[in-house]
Amino acid sequence: MEFSEHIKTANLEDVVLRQPLHPPSRGTLCITGHHLLFSDREEGCSRQVLLLLKNIDAIEKSTSGSSGTITIKCKDLRVLQLDIPGMEQCLNIAYSIETLSCLDCATEMYPFFYRPSDFGLQEQWGLSSPEKYYSQMKELHDKWRLSTVNRDYSVCPSYPPAVIVPKSINDDSLKKVAKFRQGGRFPVICYYHRKNGMVIMRSSQPLPGANRKRCKEDEDLLQAVIHDSDKGYIIDTRSSQQAMQALMTGGGFESKSCYSRWKRLHRQIERGKALQESLIKLVEACGDESHNMDRWLSKLENSKWLSHVQAALSTAGLLAECVERDGHSVLVHGSKGTDATLLISTLAQLIMDPCCRSLEGFLALLEREWVQAGHPFMQRCAHSAFSHARPQQESPVFLLLLDCVWQLWRQFPLAMGFSEALLLRLATEAYASNFGTFLCNSHQERWAQGVIKKTHCLFQTLLRPGERDQYCNPLYESTELAIWPSVHPQSLQLWRGFFLRWTQQTHHLAETQEKMRDMVIKWEKLALS
Amino acid sequence: MVSSVERPPTIPAGSQLILRCKDFRVYQILIPQERDCMDVHASLVRLSRPEKYSELYCMSFNPNVNKEEREDSWKLIDLMADYKRMGVPNNLWVSTAANSEYRVCDTYPSELFVPKSATPAIIVGSSRFRSRGRFPALSYFHQDTLAAVCRCSQPLSGFSGRCQEDEMMLQAVMKSNPGSEYIYVVDTRPKLNAMANRAAGKGYENEDHYTNIKLQFIGIENIHVMRSSQQKIIDVGEMRAPSMTDFLWGLENSGWLKHIKAVLDAGVFIARAVADEGVSVLVHCSDGWDRTAQACSVASILLDPFYRTLKGLMVLIERDWVSFGHKFSHRYAHLDGDPKEVSPVIDQFLECVWQLSEQFPCAFEFNERFLIAIHTQVYSCQYGTFLCNCQKERRDIRLHERSHSVWPQLWKDRAEYTNPLYKAEQSQSQGILRPNTTPYCFKMWKGLYNHMEKSTPPRQSPSDYLSTVKEETQQLEEELINHQERIAALMGKPITWEKIEVPRRRTSHLGQRHCGPDPPSTYTHPITSPTQDNGHALSSEPVNQEAQTKDPALSLPLGLHTHLKSQDPDDLSACSDLESGVADLSSRSSSGVDEGKDPNETASPPPDWKSKGNH
Repeated sequence: MEFSEHIKTANLEDVVLRQPLHPPSRGTLCITGHHLLFSDREEGCSRQVLLLLKNIDAIEKSTSGSSGTITIKCKDLRVLQLDIPGMEQCLNIAYSIETLSCLDCATEMYPFFYRPSDFGLQEQWGLSSPEKYYSQMKELHDKWRLSTVNRDYSVCPSYPPAVIVPKSINDDSLKKVAKFRQGGRFPVICYYHRKNGMVIMRSSQPLPGANRKRCKEDEDLLQAVIHDSDKGYIIDTRSSQQAMQALMTGGGFESKSCYSRWKRLHRQIERGKALQESLIKLVEACGDESHNMDRWLSKLENSKWLSHVQAALSTAGLLAECVERDGHSVLVHGSKGTDATLLISTLAQLIMDPCCRSLEGFLALLEREWVQAGHPFMQRCAHSAFSHARPQQESPVFLLLLDCVWQLWRQFPLAMGFSEALLLRLATEAYASNFGTFLCNSHQERWAQGVIKKTHCLFQTLLRPGERDQYCNPLYESTELAIWPSVHPQSLQLWRGFFLRWTQQTHHLAETQEKMRDMVIKWEKLALS
Repeated sequence: MVSSVERPPTIPAGSQLILRCKDFRVYQILIPQERDCMDVHASLVRLSRPEKYSELYCMSFNPNVNKEEREDSWKLIDLMADYKRMGVPNNLWVSTAANSEYRVCDTYPSELFVPKSATPAIIVGSSRFRSRGRFPALSYFHQDTLAAVCRCSQPLSGFSGRCQEDEMMLQAVMKSNPGSEYIYVVDTRPKLNAMANRAAGKGYENEDHYTNIKLQFIGIENIHVMRSSQQKIIDVGEMRAPSMTDFLWGLENSGWLKHIKAVLDAGVFIARAVADEGVSVLVHCSDGWDRTAQACSVASILLDPFYRTLKGLMVLIERDWVSFGHKFSHRYAHLDGDPKEVSPVIDQFLECVWQLSEQFPCAFEFNERFLIAIHTQVYSCQYGTFLCNCQKERRDIRLHERSHSVWPQLWKDRAEYTNPLYKAEQSQSQGILRPNTTPYCFKMWKGLYNHMEKSTPPRQSPSDYLSTVKEETQQLEEELINHQERIAALMGKPITWEKIEVPRRRTSHLGQRHCGPDPPSTYTHPITSPTQDNGHALSSEPVNQEAQTKDPALSLPLGLHTHLKSQDPDDLSACSDLESGVADLSSRSSSGVDEGKDPNETASPPPDWKSKGNH
């Protein structure tokens, strides 16, 4: 496809750009297949704004007389305004932006065209995978094995080719278990707790349906996890009512009679459309400039976003409590096992495992638990809070994860090896990126589209020397202890850094982070000299 | 510090007392014998409500210093020096002796600054036309624009009254600012309240009678509204396991943040007028000692970086609050009196400063602990600084001879109160703070209102870490210079850079800063939870103190609250070495099942509390 078909006006002079934190500026606007470029050449100093069209969530156009105004609302919550002379040009530009920002074919997207000069495509792609995790965790080798039953993605299309399962369960059994789980997502191990040998498993819901079907292999698999004497917990991220309802549509839960050694706990985590609506309401509240405190607090409450943060953190806390304190293995799932399930298992690992809290460790965790585990990034992040399009599969689950991680980071400012800037960068990249990391919905799709061969890896890039300094936490002092977050409402705050990112206030806080970094660097220099 | 004592029904283990303190702490005491409990209760009720100043702790508190030191303690904060610092007196503002014997206004200080053209006759005339005689006087002079912040009380105008001297007085205020043609009169009350006051012969300035004034209402509510609002936010802080919805609804319903915003908005309006427009402002409310004090002092904080230093905040409180007759004893119930006079006026000022420090983390030399320490001292009466309702009263009871000033004590502990991120020079803003007062910028002040969090182990504090970093950086720099000098001396020539072995301290000082508190029970919901049965439910109870008195005292000393306090590991004022608490905690296992005792309690059981009858 030719992008030029969609570009009727490529260059335009005398455009006024208004953006937050900057005075308005006049310059040239340029639309390319993937970018909006604005350059202003006033008084010698030239400034450029380069915006990925993919980052644009919604545009609004208004015209008055012979000129028009386009308001651009981005997925990173920035709002820009372009004053364009000439009606026709204005409409042309708006058309191009509307069309090019909504391309839904992965290979047409910018990551396939992005070719930075300083490094080539042959660089290593990815940080972690179940294989790597298995080879690093020698303790696993006793009772667990790496299965390649899914090597051609036929058993579970959304799983990676290799997964870790109990040693005593063979591949044929796994195939049968997969048939008993939605989307074939049979229980796999995603975390091994070194301290006591307990594990976190994740899966999708079982499929007993209204007839209460059973699957012996599924029962055996879970039994194999806890051996004979022990018991285990299943954390279901739906309410018990929702789980009951799922029976009617062929889904369901692990009943007590069939899984006698497993204790089921229901903790409802909001997902899907409800979560998307929550984000929309919150962003709307943050944009309300009226100085009415009651209205703000009631809108904040009404958005329920912080309630979702609280629910996610407390469920993750519960999971970690089962593993770390009570010494039991846990299986976590909801219905599909690609959203809330990943959210909870990721947060629990951050709470318990110091290795996940370093910069590399955290990125590796994200790669394993989100990218490889089959979170459908493309569907979930197609649109953000401003879009007028009818919501389909969008849901800010990954953003909710980042918010929860930020809450942990704020409560334990020394325990995390990464900075708030990293979380902000990830929040932006998940929606619009130069890199292929968040493209597609599963490992299989990425493989089929050639993402790994033809795009660059975000995580590897973030770890390169120049970038890395920006994203590590100067105060980091690794601790072996679990970090138990407080989930009391007073301990949870609005993530100002993200939701109020384009206000002056956040600017001050960013400066403070800079100052902290400088202080520590100075101290380290002296201490080392 | 005790504000109320409750005696809930006796339980098998003994009788209970619940003490609610003025710093929002709640203590629960269990006493085995009911008779003892009743005795303690009676003592506490009587002793927590002293009737005379002489019963207050500051009158018997003796920090073991001699007379000269005590006198010096009162001299640490010198208001005249501060007026001099802001360039007063000068050819616009002069000192007046009119109130030297408190005859014109008994709630004002004896030393005041007024416009040069205001004659004693004008001052006296104006004071007769103002509630309680509180005539317009200088609060802050802004050297850069020559505009001033002045304060007074409401005029006794009623519906049509006017006073020539008062009009001349305002004219004089305007003339003292050569650059401007009008002044703002900021009435910090809601307009309705101000109008209602007219019926009582008071009210606000009629713009037709005064030449060149612009009247502005701000809408800070009165002390009664604030009192009940604070009670509501205290209740929010005490909720046991609220949902996010309960919490936010409670926060909204309390109205507290709305009031904080109103106070800050008042300060912002004044600061803008003075700094950006160069126009002088006259601030008043009803009597000019509550909302006026808030608005003027917030404006000073915004206008002048000096007031954002440790010393500066002391000076500011001493000037706008202590000297200008803020009724400390009434507002903070130092003596048993009218409960309707009590109101958290200075709490709101301190909270405004805290909200600002959250918005500008590098702009303040002091940290949150300093604000909380001042808050505690305002209520505790351990020192004489905040006693009485005005300067005259302090003189009449010879307060300075009978008690000590709090400021030297706070100054001595300044290391603990310093913000490591403080950046003195703020060139881009010329030192003026321009805060954003959009509602989303305001947060509940957890450090002051939240007991639940205080009762769990302290969280990681980046500022403590940075303080250590900063301190060590300085030490290392000094060492480096020392070494360089010595080498230079040895070699007989200057050396620019040398690799010098300095012991690496990172591990020694900073290694033990993490704590892994117990998993709070809040993850598990009481109804559906299977893990609830392991006894963790108690850990997040808001009542954070359970002490057993085997042999309770028949009469407890006034200083009881300090003993109680020192048992609490997180009390910022009592526990001077917070870090030791952190270090203690870091040694316990994160799964800690059995080590959940207060670190301080195990380290040093307070003898007074356990042994028989203290005194």
